[in-house]
Amino acid sequence: MSEIHHLSVAELSLALRNKELGAVEVATHFLKRVESDKLGSFLSHDPEITLKQAKASQERINQNQSGTLEGVPIAHKDVFVTKDFPSTAGSKMLEGYRSSFDATVVNKFALAGCVSLGKLNCDEFAMGSSNENSAYGPALNPWDSQKVPGGSSGGSAAAVSARLTPAATGTDTGGSIRQPASFCGITGIKPTYGRASRYGMIAYASSLDQAGPMAKDAMDCALLLGAMCGPDLDRDSTSLDIPAEDFTKNLGQSIKGLKIGLPKEFFGEGLDPQVKNALEGAKSVLTGLGAEFVSISLPKTELSIPVYYIIAPAEASSNLSRFDGVRYGHRAKEYSDLMEMYKKSRAEGFGAEVKKRIMTGAYVLSHGYYDAYYLQAQKIRRMIAEDFKIAFSQCDLIMGPVAPSTAWGLGEKTADPLSSYLADIFTLPASLAGLPAMSVPCGMSATPKPLPIGMQLIGNYVQESKLLNVAHQYQLQTDWHKMNPGESAGLTGGSK
Amino acid sequence: MALQPEDIRRIAHLARLELKEAEGSRMLAQINSFFEIVEQISAVDTKDIVPLAHPAELLREVQLRLREDKVSEFDERAAHQQSAPAVENGLFLVPRVVE
Amino acid sequence: MNKPTSKSTTPSTQTSLLVRGYEVVIGFETHAQLLTNSKIFSRAFTHFGAMPNTQACAVDLALPGALPVMNKRAVECAIRLGLALGSHVAHRSIFARKNYFYPDLPKGYQISQFEIPVVQGGEVSFLVGTQPKTVRLVRAHLEEDAGKSLHEDFVGMSGIDLNRAGTPLLEIVTEPDMRSSQEAVAYAKELHKIVTWIHVCDGNMQEGSFRCDANVSVRKPGAELGTRREIKNLNSFKFMQQAIDYEVLWQIEQLEDGNAIEQATVLFDPETGETRSMRTKEDAADYRYFPDPDLPPLVIAPEWIEEVRGSMPELPRAMVERFVSSYGLPEYDASTVTQSPQMASYFEATVKECGQAKLASNWIMGELSRKLNEDNTDIAHCPVSSHQLAELITNIAKGEISNNSGKVLLDALWSDPNAKISALIEIKGLKQVNDSGALEKLIDDVLAANADNVAQFKAGKEKAFNALIGQAMKASKGQANPQQLTELLKKKLS
Repeated sequence: MSEIHHLSVAELSLALRNKELGAVEVATHFLKRVESDKLGSFLSHDPEITLKQAKASQERINQNQSGTLEGVPIAHKDVFVTKDFPSTAGSKMLEGYRSSFDATVVNKFALAGCVSLGKLNCDEFAMGSSNENSAYGPALNPWDSQKVPGGSSGGSAAAVSARLTPAATGTDTGGSIRQPASFCGITGIKPTYGRASRYGMIAYASSLDQAGPMAKDAMDCALLLGAMCGPDLDRDSTSLDIPAEDFTKNLGQSIKGLKIGLPKEFFGEGLDPQVKNALEGAKSVLTGLGAEFVSISLPKTELSIPVYYIIAPAEASSNLSRFDGVRYGHRAKEYSDLMEMYKKSRAEGFGAEVKKRIMTGAYVLSHGYYDAYYLQAQKIRRMIAEDFKIAFSQCDLIMGPVAPSTAWGLGEKTADPLSSYLADIFTLPASLAGLPAMSVPCGMSATPKPLPIGMQLIGNYVQESKLLNVAHQYQLQTDWHKMNPGESAGLTGGSK
Repeated sequence: MALQPEDIRRIAHLARLELKEAEGSRMLAQINSFFEIVEQISAVDTKDIVPLAHPAELLREVQLRLREDKVSEFDERAAHQQSAPAVENGLFLVPRVVE
Repeated sequence: MNKPTSKSTTPSTQTSLLVRGYEVVIGFETHAQLLTNSKIFSRAFTHFGAMPNTQACAVDLALPGALPVMNKRAVECAIRLGLALGSHVAHRSIFARKNYFYPDLPKGYQISQFEIPVVQGGEVSFLVGTQPKTVRLVRAHLEEDAGKSLHEDFVGMSGIDLNRAGTPLLEIVTEPDMRSSQEAVAYAKELHKIVTWIHVCDGNMQEGSFRCDANVSVRKPGAELGTRREIKNLNSFKFMQQAIDYEVLWQIEQLEDGNAIEQATVLFDPETGETRSMRTKEDAADYRYFPDPDLPPLVIAPEWIEEVRGSMPELPRAMVERFVSSYGLPEYDASTVTQSPQMASYFEATVKECGQAKLASNWIMGELSRKLNEDNTDIAHCPVSSHQLAELITNIAKGEISNNSGKVLLDALWSDPNAKISALIEIKGLKQVNDSGALEKLIDDVLAANADNVAQFKAGKEKAFNALIGQAMKASKGQANPQQLTELLKKKLS
C-alpha cells in the first residue's frame, strides 16, 4: 500500500472500514504532516480534539456503525464556523473567535464520520484569488513556494495538494474552489447554488457563495459532495429542496456521444499558450473517449467581471456590517465614543482588500447609484444566465480553462489588484448563473518550474453527476491528478 | 463616473470605516480604475430584463419557505457570549448610546 | 417608495379643526409586535421581560454564518391584518435590507420590506366623538424589531439586550389624512382595537407591543404640505394627544416667528410635556436598500388568503353595524359594547337570554364596567356571568325590582357569585311593590300624613309632588314601583 497520505478518500474509506487501517493511526499520520506544515495552509489544529474524534470513529467502526466516510480526515476552510476550533475567516476581525455552533456542512461531515484535522487558511472573508489577503500570512503553492496557491481557498488547495489532508472543504463565490484547485493540481467542484447549506458559512456574497469539496480526484469529490449536499430547509432559506444524491452512481458511464461546448470567448488572446496546449491535450483525450466538441458562444463573458465585482462587494458590504465590535470580534482598544469604536474597530479588523470591497459595495448600493450599478448588474446577470441556457441547448456541458495562466508569483499582483480581478474571467460566469462547475488537473506548464494547469467543466443546473462522470472518465485515462509536488518536469502525464 | 475624495469620505462614514489620508487616496485611485471597467455595463440594453436576485430561479420558481411557529432555541447565553469584547450582567456593553 | 400626495385628497378640513388658522396634517406609522411564539426569522422565544440575552439565538445575535428562516404565523398575521383593513394582500412581496449601524441592530441591517410590501392600501374607519372619519392606509409590511439599549446602570456605557431583536412587526403606514390630535388618537385607538381583535397583536402598549410614530406638519389651508417632523415611539394614547398638541403649537410658533421648519425626528418627554429633537442623524440616512439575497420572494397563494378569510372573526366595524341594525342600539352604545370581542360576546349572550338590548348595553357600559375598573380587571374575568346579568335585567324589565335595587343585587352577586338571584331578592327585600291596591293604600296613608304638601301641590307648587313621592318611597322602604307610584299619586291628586 502507498503511504497513508497518498491514499485517496475512497481508498482510505475502504481501508478504514475493512480495518486495514485504524482511525487513530490515520489521524496521527496526517497530524504529523500538519504539524510540519511549511505552506501556511493551516490556521489552527488541535491534536487532542482530532485524536478524540478518531477514537470515537474507531469505536463506530468496531461496532459496525460506520458512516459513509468513517475515520477519513478532513480539514475545513476557515470560513466554516466550528465549535472545536477558532473560526477567523482569515481575518484579524475574528482572531480567536469561537462559534457556539457548527456549520451545517461541518456537521454533515461529522455525521459521515470524518475526523477534523483543523482549519485552513484563506483570503480574508473569501475575498481574493491568491490567499495573499489573509491576515495570517499567505499560503504557498506546494509546487513552487514562490508562487501563490490561488484563492480564496488557497489553504485548502495547498493542504490537499501537499497531502496534509486527503480532503478539504472550500467555498466558491467567483472561482475560489476552481482556481486554487487548478493552481495546485487537485480536483475541486462548486455545486449548483443552493445544493450545499450556507448555514455556518461566514457570508461573503450571499447569492454567489457555495461550499464544495477539494480532493485528489473526481471519485473523491463525488464521495465528499454526496456527504455535504442536501436540503437544509430549517436553517437556510436559499437551500435547494432537492434530495441528497449519490454522486458516485454514474461515474462509470461512457461519455460517447456527449456534446461538449467550447465557448469561443474562453479561448481568446489572453490565454497563456501553455494553458491552451494543456486544454488541447484534454480535448484529445475526451475525443478519444467519444465526446464531440461544438463551438458555442457566451457573449457576455467579459461583462461578467464588472457584473460580479458590483454584486459581490454590494452583498459583502452588507454582510460584513455585523462586524462592529459589539457582540464578538475585534474591538479597538481606544475610542472616545460609539462612532469611533465602530470606525476604529472595523478599520483595524479588516484588511485593505476587504475595506475596498466594502467601500465599492456601499457605493454601488447608495442613493442615486443603485439603478445604474447594482440593478443594472443584476439584469446583466440574468442575461448571462440566459446565455448559458442557450448554450446548453447546443451541448451537454461546457469546457474551458479555469484561469488565463498558471499560478503567479507571490506579490506579483498585489500592487495591482485589478489584474487579479481580470484573471477571474473564466470562473465568474458560472458563479453568476449559479451553475455547477469543476476544475480537473489536465497538464503542467513546462517553464520555468512545472506548475499545474486545470480545465474547467461547467454543467447545467444540478448536473454535478454528469460533470463528475466526465472528469472521472478523463482521470482513468490520465495521470495529471496523481502527480505530486516535488516530482519534476519530464513527466508528460498524457494518456496511457 | 469618477469618484472624488468627498465620495470616499462619505462612503467610509456610511460603512463605519476610519480611513487615513494615504489609505483614502490609494483606495480612491484603485476604485476609480475599477470603475473604468464598470462603465461598460451602462452600454448594455437591459430594457424589460428582470434582475436575477436568486440564481436558483432558473432551475425552478423560487419561493420563500415558511416554517412552523415553534420555539426550539433556548438560553445559550454563555456559549453565544464567549467571544464578546465586553459583557456585564448578560448585557453587551458599548459606549453610551445617545439619542 | 410611496410618498404622500402634496395636496391631500381628503375633504377639506372643517374650519373648526384649524389651530390659530393653520391646518394640521398628521400621518401615522405604527409598529405592532405580532402574536407569535417564535421570532420572525429565528426560533427563539418572543416573551417580554426575560433576563437579558436569554432569548437571543445565533440568528438574533447575527453570529457569523447565521441565516434567516421565515415564520409562517407572522405571514398569516399580515394576511389577517390586510383582510381586516380591506387592503390588497400582495401575491408576491420582497424582503429588503435596510442598512444602518446601531448597537441594537445586530446585523447592521434590518430585514424589512421596501418596494413591494405584503399589504397594500386599505383603510380604517372610526368615530371621532360622533363624527365618522376614514383614514387611508398606504401599506403595511413585515419587518423585524431591534433590541434594546439600557442606560441606567452603566456610567458612560450602554448595555445592549437583544431579546427583542427579531420580534416580528407589522409596520402600518397611513396617508397624512388626520387633521387633529383627536382624530389621530381615535385612529390609533381603532387600529389598536382591530389588531387585538384579530389576534395579530396583544396591544400591550406598556410593553412596547404597539408603538406609534406621528408625522406632524402644519400649513395654511390650501397651501402645499408643510415640512413634517416625526414624533417617535408614542406608546400611550394620552401622551399621543399631548405630544401632537405641543408639536403643533411649537411648529406654528416657529412659522409665526419667521423660522422654517426643518425635517427632524423628535421625542416626546412626558415629564415636560414637550417634544425635542433627537441628536441629528448626520445626513438624511442612506439605507442602501436592496432585496435580501438570503430570502426568496414571499408568495401568498389566493387559496391561503381565502382560508384565512374564512377563519377571521366578525370585525369590529361590521359588528357595530350589526348591533345597530339588529339590536336597535345607538351607534355610540354599539361601539362601546364592542370594545373587545369578549365584551361583545358577553353582551350578545346576555341579550340572547333576556331580550333587552338597551338595558343590557346600559348595564354593561355602566355599572359592570365601573366595577370592573374598580377591581382593575376585564370582562373575561367578570365574577358575574352573562346568565346572571340576564336574570337581573329580566327582573327589572318585569318590574320585579327597581333599577336601584338592581345595583344592590349586582354588588351582592359580585362578592358572592354563587348566590341565587331569587334568594337575594327575598333576603334583601328588594322586591318591588307593583300591586295597585297596596300602593293605593300606601298613598292614602302618605297623603293623610302630609296634608301640607298636598295643599301646596294643589296651590300650584310642583316640588310638593316630588316630596310626596319621596315620602311614599320611604314608606315603602324603596320597594314601590316608581312609575306606578307616580301614576297613582297623580290620579289621586287630580
